[in-house]
Amino acid sequence: MLMIDCPWCGNRDESEFMYGGEGNIVRPQDPESISDDSWSDYLFMRKNTKGLYMEQWLHSYGCRRWFLAERETVSYEILNTHKIGEINPESKS
Amino acid sequence: MSEIPTAKSSIEKELNSIPTFNTLNESSVFISEKRFKDHINLRLDISDDGNVDALGNILGVEVPIEPNTVNINGEVSVLWLGPDEWLILTTECYPNSMLDRLSKGLIGKVASIVDMSGGQTVINLDGPNSMNLLAKGCTLDLHPRVFGDGKCAQTIIAKTGVIIRKIDNSPSYDLIVRRSYADYLVLWIKDAAREYGLSLAK
Ligand SMILES: [Zn+2]
Repeated sequence: MLMIDCPWCGNRDESEFMYGGEGNIVRPQDPESISDDSWSDYLFMRKNTKGLYMEQWLHSYGCRRWFLAERETVSYEILNTHKIGEINPESKS
Repeated sequence: MSEIPTAKSSIEKELNSIPTFNTLNESSVFISEKRFKDHINLRLDISDDGNVDALGNILGVEVPIEPNTVNINGEVSVLWLGPDEWLILTTECYPNSMLDRLSKGLIGKVASIVDMSGGQTVINLDGPNSMNLLAKGCTLDLHPRVFGDGKCAQTIIAKTGVIIRKIDNSPSYDLIVRRSYADYLVLWIKDAAREYGLSLAK
């Protein structure tokens, strides 16, 4: 069982959390003006990293906030967690 | 003539089957329900000083900013649920209900005020073994060094989502739970308390 460090609540059991896939993806500012390819890339395309991966998690049975976690996908170790907005998002445009 | 409906507890039957003991039992866990309190879920952006002042005037106490803590003013308790979300518990209804005062006092603000009173109840566990009992179904570190007086936490006990609130070091805990899960939780508590003995607090 993992202990996950919620940036608001501190260390809690994995059973309180839900996984939300790749994190820190920027929503295009003006979806009307971008190509279908860029839009579908934003909606559907995700990395499948072996190694350090930026993910979003939801503390669903706790404070119900989304946050970011840097996780090593080989060892499952979570190295860091951040509140949303604490680190610069990677631009996908 | 039609009967006037009266408020009923969803766990009255389960609680009434628990014996009350007058003689002090050293190991016993005491259970009771704090029923029919006003439960209000409040969401408001407190990065705006005007919001903080308006809220403080209504509640008579500042909302807790530190995660998982409770601020108290007499009958009014304000529990931290999130950076912009609190649970207000009160029995005080003069001169107007808390719901009324919040709705009127926050006019013009972007806020969410939801009456949860019919949907939740509070189960209290008290006695030296109440921490050991909770630890059987809860992954939180309940040691008083970590989870002391004035702390609260939203978590899972025996697969049920609850808000645990530490009242004092007897130790005494309030479990705030959805009323539809309350009888299940009482049944689980009855089972988990068998080695200590369970008494209905009067
Ligand atoms: Zn949390």
